[in-house]
Amino acid sequence: MHLAVRHHHSSATEELQVVTPSKLAIENVSKSFKGGSGSVLALDKVSLNVAEGEFVCLVGASGCGKSTLLNIIAGLEKPDSGTVLADGKPVTGPGRERLVMFQEPALFPWLTVFGNVLFGLKLKPNLTKKDRHDVAKYYLELVGLSRFERANIHELSGGMKQRVSLARALAPNPRMLLMDEPFAALDALTREQLYGDLQRIWKARNKTIVFVTHNVREAACLGDRVIVFSPRPGRIREEFAVDLPRPRDINSVDLAVHATEITKALKSFGQPELAAAE
Amino acid sequence: MKRFLLAALFFAVLVLIWEALFRAKIWSPVLVPSPRQVADYLEGAAMDGTLAKATIVTMRRLIIGYIIGLLAGLPLGLLTACSKLWQDTIGTLALGLQGLPSVCWVPLALLWFGQTEAAMLFVVVMGTLWSVVIATETGVRHVPPIYRRAALTMGSKRLHIWLKVILPAALPFIVSGMKQGWAFAWRSLMAAEIFVTILTGFGLGQLLHYGRELSAMEQVIGIMIVIVVIGLLADKIFFSPIERFLHRRWGTSQA
Repeated sequence: MHLAVRHHHSSATEELQVVTPSKLAIENVSKSFKGGSGSVLALDKVSLNVAEGEFVCLVGASGCGKSTLLNIIAGLEKPDSGTVLADGKPVTGPGRERLVMFQEPALFPWLTVFGNVLFGLKLKPNLTKKDRHDVAKYYLELVGLSRFERANIHELSGGMKQRVSLARALAPNPRMLLMDEPFAALDALTREQLYGDLQRIWKARNKTIVFVTHNVREAACLGDRVIVFSPRPGRIREEFAVDLPRPRDINSVDLAVHATEITKALKSFGQPELAAAE
Repeated sequence: MKRFLLAALFFAVLVLIWEALFRAKIWSPVLVPSPRQVADYLEGAAMDGTLAKATIVTMRRLIIGYIIGLLAGLPLGLLTACSKLWQDTIGTLALGLQGLPSVCWVPLALLWFGQTEAAMLFVVVMGTLWSVVIATETGVRHVPPIYRRAALTMGSKRLHIWLKVILPAALPFIVSGMKQGWAFAWRSLMAAEIFVTILTGFGLGQLLHYGRELSAMEQVIGIMIVIVVIGLLADKIFFSPIERFLHRRWGTSQA
């Protein structure tokens, strides 16, 4: 190894510094899938800009392409046409600048909680073993699971698993977090806690977040902006700015007003499509 | 401790029944020796070194052949899981040959390699290899695709994904394949040693065979007991700890 590398060595404290969040520019992205009944247009010329540090929620009925768009942003899938620029650079593949949190916990059962959080850190160059451990400990504390670092994955509840997933996604200090219905499988009480925690962590770590959900209240609670998709073909139909103060409570009346408005829009786009399908 | 005592009691009762049957003289003592006679044989064979020598010869064949089988089977299994082409070719071959009782390799091995260690190793490798290939392939195919995707987003690349994600994720399958491979190898090696005198070493199977030639039933039974004990020890020392680890980590129920 070249000695000069030593100069670039970053300590745990450096590693834990808040990085500038990403900005995202999506232009005319289309994507179709071949299915049993011919080709399905999952995304039809979708364009969307996300500012640095913005929390954007994508809502829509299932099959509206919102998860496909998230996968394209992540670099896990390629669009048929159109461009995705993260900080001005085209997205060519997955990378630790944009980490994904999936609906089902994609935690590795052969590793402990701590091992899972370390996984992405071990792939980051120029970190010593101690740095990695300090960083992993920091994020486990941030999600409130310090006591469980030695636990096996199967011993955790659904909510705890998603907390570990969040810690694992945050640990490599990505500039953008992509969340694909991460709380959909959890019970209401656990979800409410996580809404609070996610808002707190988003503020503390200053990330750009793109959050996919079919739960309108959840979208109104978390997002600065809520983007409404319509299915078949997947298109952006409307967007709503949610300018309520934070931290927001999912049960607040103001939030319900926003949610009702978004739901109305969602229904108006959903119905004709359904009628056409039948 | 209580479990151990109960198990010990169980085996003591078995020996007592055996002794009772011997004393009842239902069968000729040539066919049913007493536990005492078998113990005497084992003691004698242990003292003069025959037993240790034969055990070392057999275990050396088994362990070396098994390790070769594992080292070849793992990459072959991974390769088979890689693409449809390998699955249709190597995968089908492995499936076919796994169905072949591994003792069927003995005649071929003898003609190819003669009465040598190589013939014995070959039989053990064939017993191990195909089970490991198939288990590895099945294991890899059962890895949830989301693990791969998650690893990709964290910056994991080809080789790293194989070593750090796919291989460990497939571990429960691979271990059961290793166990099956071990059982097949052990059986085929015993069959081979019983059938054929190998000039380069005198294994447990040969001791068993000569026990029959000499009509020394206490030797036959004594060696059978040794073979059983070796099988149990392999399970308790090698496989059980791995399986306990898998159960603990994965949270699967204790089999």
